[in-house]
Amino acid sequence: MKLSGWGRFPTHDVALSAPRSEAALQAQLAEGAAIARGNGRAYGDSALSQTNTVHMRHFAHMLSFDDKTGVLQAEAGVLAADIIDSFLPRGWFLPVTPGTKFVTLGGMIAADVHGKNHHADGSFGNFVDWIDVMGPDGKVTRCSRRKQATLFQWTVGGMGLTGIILRAAIRLRPVESGWIAQQMIQAENLDAAMDVFERSQDSTYSVAWIDCLSTGAARGRSLVMLGEHAALEDLPKPRRKMPFQTKDKRKLSVPFSLPGWLMNGLTVRAFNALYYWNGSRKAGESLVDWDSYFYPLDAILNWNRIYGRRGFAQFQCVLPLETSRAGLNALLEAISEAGAGSFLAVLKRLGPQESRFSFPMEGYTLALDFPVNARTLALMDRLDAITLDHGGRFYLAKDSRMTAETLRASDPRTDTFEAARRKSGACETFASEQSQRLKL
Amino acid sequence: MNNRPVLILGARSDMALAIAHSFAKEGHPVQLAARNPDDLEAARNDLQVRYSVDVSLHAFDALDTAGFEGFLDALPALPHIAVCAVGLMGEQAENETDSTAATQVLRANFEGPALIFAALANRFAERGSGTLVGISSVAGDRGRATNYVYGSAKAGFTAFLSGLRNRLTEHGVHVVTVLPGFVATKMTEDLDLPAKLTAQPEEVGEAVLRAVKSKRNVIYVRKIWWLVMAIIRNIPEMIFKKLKI
Repeated sequence: MKLSGWGRFPTHDVALSAPRSEAALQAQLAEGAAIARGNGRAYGDSALSQTNTVHMRHFAHMLSFDDKTGVLQAEAGVLAADIIDSFLPRGWFLPVTPGTKFVTLGGMIAADVHGKNHHADGSFGNFVDWIDVMGPDGKVTRCSRRKQATLFQWTVGGMGLTGIILRAAIRLRPVESGWIAQQMIQAENLDAAMDVFERSQDSTYSVAWIDCLSTGAARGRSLVMLGEHAALEDLPKPRRKMPFQTKDKRKLSVPFSLPGWLMNGLTVRAFNALYYWNGSRKAGESLVDWDSYFYPLDAILNWNRIYGRRGFAQFQCVLPLETSRAGLNALLEAISEAGAGSFLAVLKRLGPQESRFSFPMEGYTLALDFPVNARTLALMDRLDAITLDHGGRFYLAKDSRMTAETLRASDPRTDTFEAARRKSGACETFASEQSQRLKL
Repeated sequence: MNNRPVLILGARSDMALAIAHSFAKEGHPVQLAARNPDDLEAARNDLQVRYSVDVSLHAFDALDTAGFEGFLDALPALPHIAVCAVGLMGEQAENETDSTAATQVLRANFEGPALIFAALANRFAERGSGTLVGISSVAGDRGRATNYVYGSAKAGFTAFLSGLRNRLTEHGVHVVTVLPGFVATKMTEDLDLPAKLTAQPEEVGEAVLRAVKSKRNVIYVRKIWWLVMAIIRNIPEMIFKKLKI
């Protein structure tokens, strides 16, 4: 059947199965190079295999929860949204969360996702105690930092290419409420935004929406949003009785694909200007419910349809701290020159991270999305080159179009990863369209 | 009110488990009943971890009608809500030639569900409260060449539910008839179903919970099925008999 990632580009005709038991999953591995698929939220072709895409929706049981330590054991197909649903009312939240709650536990481990607290807490992998991985021979190995540590290290951030993630134990974070005390700061250009980030290293959460079409002195103007989990005493009195009760948001939905031309330089410029000025009115401190704070886009189901039938591509890179200022300026210049603005441009300061193959490193990450067409694809090649010039690298969970050469030029770990896959035999059994494109 | 136990009969199916999740999420204790209930250990554990509710497993065979009273006596508590999701599609071609197979389908979709509800109905009526939820089928709305053995059994169950509702209203017992339409479950995973007409099991779970809360009588899970079936029911027999649908 035809299947794509969240960006709806590229689309492939894939053989899709959804085994219901470990035995059925083992049997499925014989059907050709396989990749596990969670909830399909990777933007590109990370979870597509023409020969053997294995949907993990039937592996979605929670196994145990310890309400003293916050350790949750669950199967890989459990959604972040389910974890929040079950444990926020009991005072626990995800330790690290990406920008959507519709991702699976297995997907969060495979992409080693980061969140608005990366500078303070690191990536999702930091909160994983162990993982059960089904290897190329169908055998299930429990790996952790202590036992089978190599497998553990390659699996966190390994994009599902070391084997199929079946189960894991993660440590949730205790919280006193479902509210975030947010501070919104207007930054008139990139320098100002970076200064805010550097000043705000003590904040638990920080992220900026950045206007990538403004030019001149206003290039990179941003709204920086800082946040802390609100303690009981931060809540107004009436809310303290039910601190986890936040209003269910009404869900909007994009019912069909909008015409592709809708997202042009003009509409994006207008949207960005409005968003910036609207944000400036809201500057200052406020209490925001967890859903609106972490997952604003989840409120619009199928928002990926706004880019039209041809879909869209995400571009996300991270630049080392020392080249960030120059690199970000060069990226923004290339974008505004091309006039191909991105609705959702996000800037974030990442903290230090040592890992085998995960995306994050200390510096600044910029995430953008563009409707797919010849012009934006050319622009993204240009952005690749600028990133390489500044010693940056790319986020595979977002990628749908990079070349194998670009990946290798950006990340010396690639060859080691490939060698490890060869050694374990995983390269024969596990492959995605992405891993084949990138020659992993 | 959410501490009232919910009994799910035929609890192994994707639809039944989705219904169990909907009620457990609201805090209801859940009794899962199916053949070989040991297989449901993972499902039970999952419900307990997610929602901190009591979940118990019970052996229940819809064809063992003689054992029904004993089955109900053995439950930890008489449930306040009972959902019957027992069903067996069978193969129509086999049902046409093999009367043993056809009997199985007729009994599993009509006799068993009707008689267990009959037993529950008496207990609920005596108590003066309770809700019975029967998962029937749009296939029971009109017999078609492709599945009339299954369809006629479901038609019988639909009529039985309607009669029960009529009888029990004055005893404070409510009866909900659920007509799910196509649902993406294990039973249908090899069929190529139209997406707009096909509900996810979770939708059925939510729809059943809503129907119980708001005391609905008959529900189609996706509204469009009301229209589809209204059209199908109203095609004159002269024409209908020649159609291949």
